[in-house]
Amino acid sequence: MKPGHGEVLIAEGDVEVAEEEELLVQEFRRQLEEGMWAAVPERSTAGRREARMVRAFEDVPRDAERVIFFPRAAGG
Amino acid sequence: MLLASIAIGVVIVALLWDLVLPSLKEAFERHRARRALIPGSAYDPGRERRAEARARQLLQSCVNDEEWSMYRDLGFIRVWGGMARVPRRARISDDPRAGAPYAYLVYPHKPIVAYLPQTRELLNEYCVEFPDETRPYGSSRLPDSDDVLAKWMALTGDEQHLIATANMHLPGRQVDPKQVRRDLWRLSQWERERLRRTPRSPGGVATP
Repeated sequence: MKPGHGEVLIAEGDVEVAEEEELLVQEFRRQLEEGMWAAVPERSTAGRREARMVRAFEDVPRDAERVIFFPRAAGG
Repeated sequence: MLLASIAIGVVIVALLWDLVLPSLKEAFERHRARRALIPGSAYDPGRERRAEARARQLLQSCVNDEEWSMYRDLGFIRVWGGMARVPRRARISDDPRAGAPYAYLVYPHKPIVAYLPQTRELLNEYCVEFPDETRPYGSSRLPDSDDVLAKWMALTGDEQHLIATANMHLPGRQVDPKQVRRDLWRLSQWERERLRRTPRSPGGVATP
């Protein structure tokens, strides 16, 4: 998510392909270093949709379709 | 006689000149301003609207059907609180409300309002924002629907962390309690109507 722009595709790839996974890992780290939070939308066991906050690439489920990065929360 | 006429003429011209000169100068400046080349700016008046349209699509793809319909129809999303059943929190508090189901109303670019659905009692306002200090597009504000999605993800993903990050205030600091109560009433009407329209499965009971 980017102010004034909405959704922006940062990177895409297949985690089963080593080169593409490496690219995704690098981009993931870069976003977190820039101060973004990362979340994976998913469905809970009860069937409800929710988000899983991830702080490391290893926390991203292998079958996740996407990771959404958004600015870190601050007290308003 | 001739000399006198010329002198009067000169005086009249001089007086008129003083009157006309500012208007002439102004007209000249306006003409120059109209013809001046303005450096081209990248501002696109439709950008914010397109950003919001994309943000709405993203929000719709992430939240439940009910939550999306709620946002589309009412302009906010209700998120159920997940900390009500935390035993440690219940033990340390003598408040009879401890452990009761609670929920949040998530508005775009407004504080998150916590309340008790059973009594509609407003609990707190949590002021939180998601500023992008890099301001890549000239503004630090996310589109409305992105702001709602960011709050939704943070609440459903790590409620405790978000609440700890937010500035907590009593109800009414930024969001008018009358407006919130009206929104809760609208929500109840909206849910009733939605339940009425939803075909019931035989023997099934809708759960909240």
